[in-house]
Amino acid sequence: MSAPNKSYDPVEVEALKPEEIERMRDEALAAFESAADLDALTHAKTAHTGPTSPLSLANREIGALPPQAKAEAGKRVGMARGAVNKALSSRLTVLEAERDERVLVEEAVDVTLPYDRVPAGARHPLTTFMERVADVFVAMGYEVAEGPEVEAEWFNFDALNFVPDHPARQMQDTFFVQGADGAKTDESGVVLRTHTSPVQARALLERREPPVYVVCPGRVYRTDELDATHTPVFHQIELLAVDEGLTMADLKGTLDHMVQALFGEGMKTRLRPNYFPFTEPSAEMDMVCYVCRGESVGNPDRPCRTCGSEGWIELGGCGMVNPKVLTACGVDPEKYSGFAFGFGIERMLMFRHHVEDMRDMVEGDVRFTRPFGMEI
Amino acid sequence: MRVPLSWLREYVDLPATETGRDVQAKLVSAGLEVETVEQTGAGLKGPLVVGQVLTIEELEGFKKPIRFCTVNVGTANGTGEPQEIVCGARNFAVGDKVVVVLPGAVLPGDFAIAARKTYGRTSHGMICSGDELGMGDDGTHGIIVLPMEYEPGTDAIALLELLDEVLDIAVTPDRGYALSMRGIAREVATAYGLPLRDPALLDVPAPNSYGYPVKISDPQGCDRLTVRTVTGLDPEARSPIWMQRRLQKAGMRPISLAVDITNYVMLELGQPLHAYDRSRVRGAIGVRRAEQGEKLTTLDGTKRVLDAADLVITDDRGPVGLAGVMGGADTEVADTEIDPETGAAKGTTELVIEAAHFEPLTIARASRRHKISSEASKRFERGVDPEAGPAAAQRTVDLLVLLAGGSADAGVTEAIAPSAPRSISMRADHPDRVAGVPYGRETVVRRLQQVGCDVYGTDELVVTVPSWRPDLAFPNDLAEEVIRLEGYENLPSTLPTPPSGRGLTERQRLHRRVGRSLAGAGYVEAPNYPFVGDASFDQLQLAADDARRNTVKLVNPLADTEPALRTTLLPGLLGALRRNDGRGSHDLALFETGLVFRPTGEETKAVRLPVDRRPTDEEIAGLNASLPAQPRHAAVVLAGAREQSGWWGKGRPATWADAVEAARGLAREAGAELIVAAAVNEPWHPGRCAALSVVVDGTEQVIGYAGELHPRVVKAMHLPERTCAAELDLDVLEKAGQGVLQAPRISTFPVATQDVALVVDADVTNIRVEKLLREGAGELLEDIRLFDVFTGEQLGEGKKSLAFALRFRAADRTLTVEEASAARDAAVALAAEHTGAVLRGA
Repeated sequence: MSAPNKSYDPVEVEALKPEEIERMRDEALAAFESAADLDALTHAKTAHTGPTSPLSLANREIGALPPQAKAEAGKRVGMARGAVNKALSSRLTVLEAERDERVLVEEAVDVTLPYDRVPAGARHPLTTFMERVADVFVAMGYEVAEGPEVEAEWFNFDALNFVPDHPARQMQDTFFVQGADGAKTDESGVVLRTHTSPVQARALLERREPPVYVVCPGRVYRTDELDATHTPVFHQIELLAVDEGLTMADLKGTLDHMVQALFGEGMKTRLRPNYFPFTEPSAEMDMVCYVCRGESVGNPDRPCRTCGSEGWIELGGCGMVNPKVLTACGVDPEKYSGFAFGFGIERMLMFRHHVEDMRDMVEGDVRFTRPFGMEI
Repeated sequence: MRVPLSWLREYVDLPATETGRDVQAKLVSAGLEVETVEQTGAGLKGPLVVGQVLTIEELEGFKKPIRFCTVNVGTANGTGEPQEIVCGARNFAVGDKVVVVLPGAVLPGDFAIAARKTYGRTSHGMICSGDELGMGDDGTHGIIVLPMEYEPGTDAIALLELLDEVLDIAVTPDRGYALSMRGIAREVATAYGLPLRDPALLDVPAPNSYGYPVKISDPQGCDRLTVRTVTGLDPEARSPIWMQRRLQKAGMRPISLAVDITNYVMLELGQPLHAYDRSRVRGAIGVRRAEQGEKLTTLDGTKRVLDAADLVITDDRGPVGLAGVMGGADTEVADTEIDPETGAAKGTTELVIEAAHFEPLTIARASRRHKISSEASKRFERGVDPEAGPAAAQRTVDLLVLLAGGSADAGVTEAIAPSAPRSISMRADHPDRVAGVPYGRETVVRRLQQVGCDVYGTDELVVTVPSWRPDLAFPNDLAEEVIRLEGYENLPSTLPTPPSGRGLTERQRLHRRVGRSLAGAGYVEAPNYPFVGDASFDQLQLAADDARRNTVKLVNPLADTEPALRTTLLPGLLGALRRNDGRGSHDLALFETGLVFRPTGEETKAVRLPVDRRPTDEEIAGLNASLPAQPRHAAVVLAGAREQSGWWGKGRPATWADAVEAARGLAREAGAELIVAAAVNEPWHPGRCAALSVVVDGTEQVIGYAGELHPRVVKAMHLPERTCAAELDLDVLEKAGQGVLQAPRISTFPVATQDVALVVDADVTNIRVEKLLREGAGELLEDIRLFDVFTGEQLGEGKKSLAFALRFRAADRTLTVEEASAARDAAVALAAEHTGAVLRGA
């Protein structure tokens, strides 16, 4: 919509005079600058950049100018509008930042508030510690074997070379299970397993032909009353390796590896001769005290409560699998040899975590268990 | 076995500087478990001397009788004058020799002696009892009265061998020889590389035909029997102090000379002996099995009914002793009695000494059967040197002659069942192969010889084991001897290379996952003892015929009230909940996984399979059939708040729904579909109990229950109100797992959501309506979720409204509103058709 073109008859348009455009621009810039908040800026924006703002109206007049004047007027108005938009945008940025800052401050919270809406659960350290020990061996290629807790005496004793009435059988105070006839004698042939060792026999029988490398964690039973250091229900982990050419040095190395994996570099074990029916030779195994590393021995200034300043901690029994056990489980002792060891989980937990009373581990008090979390 | 170091030195010339601790270290390394080294007389300081009581003045007017004595202590007090001492004991008379501690001395227990005023007099020292000197009490609590031969002023510390070290050794069941000074001395000699003076090397007269008659009817039970007689014994003779002291230090109480001598020889040589008063024995000494029901009163005064398997010693009248376990009262050596009128001593003057070798198992069984663990039975069941009898009898005779003035009868009786030395064949490198150490033949042979073996051969050794080592029977036994003497501590450390393993089984992984997921949901694991009794089931309100009352029972439970094994985890777990609640933790969520024990009703008798071969598969199956079913269960219990109140707002109590959700969580871990249905089952609230089922091999089976406990159970067990619980069979749940998960296909087209609220009768279950909606909605339905349950007057009596959010989506296109609405309408129509559901607001 342009005005009639009147050549050489320039129309003087008041609004497009340079000083007028400058004035409009300056007024807009001043208005933006003085806008104190985003609302005021919105008003100023409408007034100075909206369709009815002076600059917009002036822009419309350009069409009425003669062609030779259009370019110059257009340039002038365009520059003014550009300056206005730029000022608007920069003021908007400032004001928005101011607003954001204010609102975020208002939204601040006390981040130290607790949120124990559902208190954390935990697994029992006996469970997680057995898993941890098992994992050391699983990583070496061993498999985890399991067996029943109510066990046939043949597996618990006979197959392991515990001869009937041999004193060794009485070393383990056994819970006997009543036979189907209900007779209260210890002759049903069924017991609560007194150790995890029957799983050795089961593993050998199930796997039929060596190599057999298994670790057997589990719950075992002996007729001890519960007190600060005894419990009738406790846990053991057992290891059995049967292969060609296994030696006592291999047993020693495996034990050393285990205590290093569980207690850190530089740990080692010591073997002392002992007697178990199912191993021959047999040994008691100790590990260097992981707290004092033996430095408390003969050093009264630095007593160690973990090892009682003995320097060593007793772990359990071990040895070379008695060939009689291999025979009873159908493994040729001329061809194969093996080693085995077993130790009590409670005991190890007690010294690893300074548990002072066995009862804490059996009573299920959440205050004891909760700090142990998911893994140990 | 308690081993006084001073006694040990009699057989091995240990360097004088060696302490008990040094010997302990050597013995531990050789495989003897020296548990403690006790310092006897620790802290004792003299002067402690022999004194002779000169005068006794009875002081009157005190609560107990008090004596003021003067005692000749020689020159030990520096003056030679009589020492004035106040004494409360009364078991001595003027002229008696006693032990006197003088001022300046210190008794064990840091008890310093000084002259002090007491009972109106000044006591310059003390007359001592055994207790006060750390000798152990002799049972009389009286002061020590010494034999007359010691001079006043003699140092009593040396006389009474008060300063010593005693090694206490726990002897393993295989090493019977270590229950003797002789056996320990041999180990010490080997450990130190010193010669051993073997106390069993005695001149023993050859057996002859005029010894005391014996009759062995069971040469298998008793393969060796030596009998000697000594006559002319002085009934007044007492055991010398050195013998009493050694017995005391070894842990035995001196009794009488004859008994002390047999005990002393037993400690020295490991051969239990029995001495009979000859005047009380009638006829030949026999050895036979008892007749069933035969009676014998043993030394301890107990009347025992014998078993046909018991081995007994007899005379013409019948059993006079339980062989190898305990003697009989009838033939006991008589206590010496002094005739008050004549002053003559009356007592045993003639003894029959028996040294026998009995079969270990017979003795072990008798000891167990009669619940007697005696010094003799402990040795016989571990194996006594069968060759030691003649020497032990000779040593006893010698001591009786020496100390009781007796004379040995020339008659020597010996009954010997034929036997040969035992030999073991072993490759010379067998110990090397067991240990993984190249010891070499020379070392192997030398070590075996130190043990007492005779060794022949080069590559293949023939090893004859010594009579005192019945435990050496196989090549590995010999390997152990070599390795332990070479030192276990010198074994190298090598690692075998197992074949690559397969890691944990699916089942083992599930068990770990179960624990982790429950702990992640806020449950704390609480493993419990599996012992239960009828009361446990009564508290759970189980009916009399409830299958869970059918238990596996123990012969020897710890508590008579809990003689059975659990059939459910709840009694133990609820006990743990109550314990925690009682200790002030009230918001509780506990879990346990573990075995329960269910008789199958078809248990076979567990047979004792042979051990000399692999049992057949049928035999193994038969043995397994003797065991009860032992499924693994998982259970949770909850009480108090499941969500705590806090600054965020109100908390939420644990409810039946948490228990059911715990079960659902386990099913998710197992990859199994859990079917939840209303049920009535103890110990749950009949209106708030869900049966939990799964489908295994096409068959639906209940694997557990979840919900709120019955109020009566809560009351009976003193549980917090509204305690909730769930328990299920993990083994069956595992079987219901769907295996490897098939990945879902994800559509990226927009979702169309539709909410519906359906009014149904109050007894219509959510699961039913939801199932019908799913079915009716067809395959466009991506997900359905119940978001509200509402009851109110506007719905009418017995009605409820279930509000569901349905999400529709197609795999290949954006759904139109019409398509989504049509699917929703189809869903509602099917629900309406089967349940009478009415669309709310329609």
